[in-house]
Amino acid sequence: MAEAAIELVGINKSFGTVRANRDINLVIERGTILGIVGENGAGKSTLMSILYGFYQADSGEIKVGGKPVAIKTPNDAIALGIGMVHQHFMLVENFTVIENIILGAEHEPLLKKSIAKARSELERLEREYGLEVDPDAVVEELPVGLQQRVEILKALYRGAEILILDEPTGVLTPPEADHLFRILRQLKEQGKTIVLITHKLREIMAITDTVSVMRQGTVVATRETAQTTVEELAELMVGRRVLLRVEKGEARPGAVKLSVRNLTVRDSRGVTMVSDVSFDVRGGEIVGIAGVAGNGQSELIEAISGIRRAVSGNVLLDGKAIDVIGHADPGELRDRGLAHVPEDRHHVGLVLAFEENENSMLGYHDKPQYLQGPFLKIDAVRDDAKRKIEKFDIRPPDCRLRTANFSGGNQQKIVLARELEQDPGVLIVGQPTRGVDVGAIEFIHKQLIAMRDRGKAVLLISVELDEIRSLSDRILVMFDGRVVGERGPDASEGELGLLMAGVENREAAE
Amino acid sequence: MSTPYAKLPAWADYGLIPFINLLVSFAVAGLVVLLVGENPFHAAVILVDGAFGSGTGIAYTLYYATNFIFTGLAVAVAFHCGLFNIGGEGQAYIAGLGVGLVCLAFDHILPWWLTFPLAILGAALAGALWALIPAYLQAKRGSHIVITTIMFNFIAASAMVYLLVGPLKPRGAMAPQTRQLVEGAQLPKLGWLLQEFGLTVRPSAPLNLSFLLALVMAFVVWVIVWRTKLGYEIRTMGFSSKAARYAGISETRIIIVTMLISGALAGMMALNPIMGDQHNVSLDFVSGAGFVGIAVALMGRSHPAGIVPAAILFGMLYQGGAELAFEMPNISRDMIVIIQGLVILFAGALEHMFRPWVQAVFASFSPRSVGIAPSKAEGA
Amino acid sequence: MEFFEALINILNSTIRVSVPLLLACLAGLYSERAGIFDIGLEGKMLAGAFAGAAAAAVYGSAWVGLGAAVLVSVALALVHGFASITHRGNQIVSGVAINFIAAGSTIILGQAWFNQGGRTPSLTADGRFGAIDLPFADALQDVPVIGQIYSGLLSGHTLLAYVAFLAVPFTWWVLFRTRFGLRMRAVGENPAAVDTAGISVAWLRYRAVICTGVLTGLAGCYMALSQNAGFVKDMTAGRGYIALAALIFAKWKPVPAMFACLLFGFLDALSIRLQGTPLPIVGKVPVQFMQALPYILTVILLAGFIGKAIPPRAGGVPYVKER
Repeated sequence: MAEAAIELVGINKSFGTVRANRDINLVIERGTILGIVGENGAGKSTLMSILYGFYQADSGEIKVGGKPVAIKTPNDAIALGIGMVHQHFMLVENFTVIENIILGAEHEPLLKKSIAKARSELERLEREYGLEVDPDAVVEELPVGLQQRVEILKALYRGAEILILDEPTGVLTPPEADHLFRILRQLKEQGKTIVLITHKLREIMAITDTVSVMRQGTVVATRETAQTTVEELAELMVGRRVLLRVEKGEARPGAVKLSVRNLTVRDSRGVTMVSDVSFDVRGGEIVGIAGVAGNGQSELIEAISGIRRAVSGNVLLDGKAIDVIGHADPGELRDRGLAHVPEDRHHVGLVLAFEENENSMLGYHDKPQYLQGPFLKIDAVRDDAKRKIEKFDIRPPDCRLRTANFSGGNQQKIVLARELEQDPGVLIVGQPTRGVDVGAIEFIHKQLIAMRDRGKAVLLISVELDEIRSLSDRILVMFDGRVVGERGPDASEGELGLLMAGVENREAAE
Repeated sequence: MSTPYAKLPAWADYGLIPFINLLVSFAVAGLVVLLVGENPFHAAVILVDGAFGSGTGIAYTLYYATNFIFTGLAVAVAFHCGLFNIGGEGQAYIAGLGVGLVCLAFDHILPWWLTFPLAILGAALAGALWALIPAYLQAKRGSHIVITTIMFNFIAASAMVYLLVGPLKPRGAMAPQTRQLVEGAQLPKLGWLLQEFGLTVRPSAPLNLSFLLALVMAFVVWVIVWRTKLGYEIRTMGFSSKAARYAGISETRIIIVTMLISGALAGMMALNPIMGDQHNVSLDFVSGAGFVGIAVALMGRSHPAGIVPAAILFGMLYQGGAELAFEMPNISRDMIVIIQGLVILFAGALEHMFRPWVQAVFASFSPRSVGIAPSKAEGA
Repeated sequence: MEFFEALINILNSTIRVSVPLLLACLAGLYSERAGIFDIGLEGKMLAGAFAGAAAAAVYGSAWVGLGAAVLVSVALALVHGFASITHRGNQIVSGVAINFIAAGSTIILGQAWFNQGGRTPSLTADGRFGAIDLPFADALQDVPVIGQIYSGLLSGHTLLAYVAFLAVPFTWWVLFRTRFGLRMRAVGENPAAVDTAGISVAWLRYRAVICTGVLTGLAGCYMALSQNAGFVKDMTAGRGYIALAALIFAKWKPVPAMFACLLFGFLDALSIRLQGTPLPIVGKVPVQFMQALPYILTVILLAGFIGKAIPPRAGGVPYVKER
């Protein structure tokens, strides 16, 4: 029997007082696809970073091909045939594809020769694995799916036999993801070993041979994929039975509160990100916008909430126009009852260096309840923060603590509490549970349903299709800046997936 | 691998580490003293004695500190918005024009306690105006404020030289300065305050009312930055311009307002030498105070409670340094520029350099103080 | 033709005045392309000028002066590198600090060692780089137009001036045709990409910073040994900042940088020429205005164009591995 491609024995890693990896034992068989699942913070990325030489383990042993090895830098890992495709691409955007691929593997001090040599090798790889990409294209002009191919080619160019992919499908449409899986299967057939880190259980079931579940820094279980289910994996991930669907009653939509007509938005490079989008959101319903990240959803809600200028179109809030093209002011919109929980809580929704109470009024800091003339009423601010902490069960319950010291889920609760407690008529929420632990997810979902049941209009953006299908009363799918379809919450994942990939359903009945 | 910033008890964070940074700055300065051929310890003794050894010395020290409180506050306010205002030197210089014009107009007509508030306005306005163009260019055109404010320092110097050898100079006089100001523009001295404590102070000691104004402004700055809506918006912008945009804060407005306040504070520095001591506007009356302000702001962590002591420290360096220059002619005022540079380096760019060592010391004596449970510290 | 001769003279001055700007500008280019913002060009030039002049005076050799200038500038560059790269400190603060340290030290040491009020002793011919006459410069002198350009404009500059202009194509070649240049540009755009490719981000940036030190040393050496005959306190007078503005104006590219520096040099030379001469309409311009002109122009430059220039993406941001 061949030795395992990789064996990890007793790996421990701590960052300060946080034990990211705790006594990990893992065997990766050659020529198989291993999936590693776990929630955010379970330690998967840390473990793989140790394998790739990015970090050093505090203790433990790594064996490659049966022999113990020391991996001190990515160079060591590359020399051992380990390649990594990162979640956030490690590409230099204004370089060409071929420049990116040879970076670090130039072989020669002068570029002309290196590039010439690389070109022929690259052609061979592209043909062999079906990873066609124009070597002279500039990376920032390529679509995301092709950029990922460049990442994979980088690893293969360096002779990787073991390929680690970290959350590879986060930025792909379902058909692109399928194509990726085809490539992975092909790589497996050629004898490569693949490790797939993901939190998407459906992908695990689709492509892996074995799956290891990580929770709070340890490997809690390893299963043959064919012999387990999504439910079992979810339970192992969390440690208890998980409600994958939130319980809710019937929606009772009322008057239209938010009306978007022919909205077009361009980004800072002049690329059209939102193209002639129109829809309504009524009070008492949750409208979910599904779509792979990067299809204009972010720019859409930024334009509606006044953070970004639109090029053309109308938006009506409670029947009155918002000047989305000119001088939309988020402050003014808040006064009119529009609240916004942004996608990026770290850099937009919160100021991490502030105390919790200071973030508790971010955006509402000019409300009379907090002010006395130009001065802040510090006691009023803090009392208000304490009230919200109690109501939303934010932990630790310290309104003077620096926000950076709260966990992801609690930080999101701070943002949510702030926006919800202003009793807005319309709530826009972007990626509400990204990086949030499961307990907080349930809480947040319940809060959104409660808003809906109180007659508020909720516009939800999420890349998690499960979340959209679980919460929304109506689902709009965005692809390439346009709304390509509207479905009810019972729409199948396949149907939504096709829409998300830009495939129009000609006969809706089918 | 990145070292996660070790936890330290608050007093170590705000007291010990800055103190160590200061010590190292002085040690390096001591090396320069050695290079010049003098004894650093002897120099240090002369320095401290010259600054605090007599009532007159203390008066001079506080007089210099007044300048640095103003310029330190100016830099600090801008820092809170994420802006580096290096233009304090030029803003203070141009403010001399504002103060000068008010005083020259009113010193024969009004008593000092009416001229003073007008002069404060003049100083603040002039300083603010000199900061306006760099602020506007940063806000609207993205022109780097560091470079533009440095350029404006040079332009201010040229402008003031032109005015002081030309239009502002009394006809027939030789020195590039305005005429002497009479009582209506002279601030009362504060030497008598120190004498209440039993110290002897020479009547010519320059400590004057503007010192109290500086302390008042320190308090005002605290209130503005931490207790007003404007200050909240400034701090938000300083930490995250995206969050500021989200919160409905206009980036352009905040940058300009912050720099106007910063320029006004730097401008107020001009009141001290012009109305409080020399009673004229002369060439280079700022003499580097704008730059010292940067060191003071960094040392004081941009907080008024830290800026005032830091300003006094540099006042001590200036006054003690003057004494030192008598006894050791090789060590001129420029030594202070070196120390200022070293303080900026250690307090500003290398502020965390000694952290790991300090944390290791703390961890070995008292693991709990750095957040490690004792059993782990022994076993791991 | 008198006008032509005057033109050649001004262009000649332009070249002389541009050399330190160009060297400093190229110095900044290396650092900034690698992602290190360097506002300390001024201080390094000043320190290099002082070290060069001091060494040349003491040892009577321009080459010793050159070596000393480069050594000192590189040492200061490494301090900036240490603060910015190893300790991930605020790069602007570090640069400002170095400028002060250089300003103060050069005066104090100058006074202590030479006792001439902060200057170094005047340098003799040995301590300076002499003018280099290009071959046939003499013979061609009288040939109309071409000869005047060749012998009046191109020939007769000192060594470092030729080095400065040769450094432009050399820098272009390094940046775009060598492995080092590729990696350096990469680390300024996306250091994480460089790190995961197994290349040391820190070592790459340190090397860029050392290049900066060498070039600023040459700039300072030129000012003290060629342009002048010794060091005078504060002799850089803001040129390091103007070089930075030129770099931004040139969008961090070597050949445009050369033209930007020549432009500044031209305006500087022109203003010296016109000093005292009454201009039409305006009349006599105060000398202080002429002195302030380069700084005013820098501001105008920054105001007019910079809003659109995109710096290296990772510029000024210390590299920290993501957790």
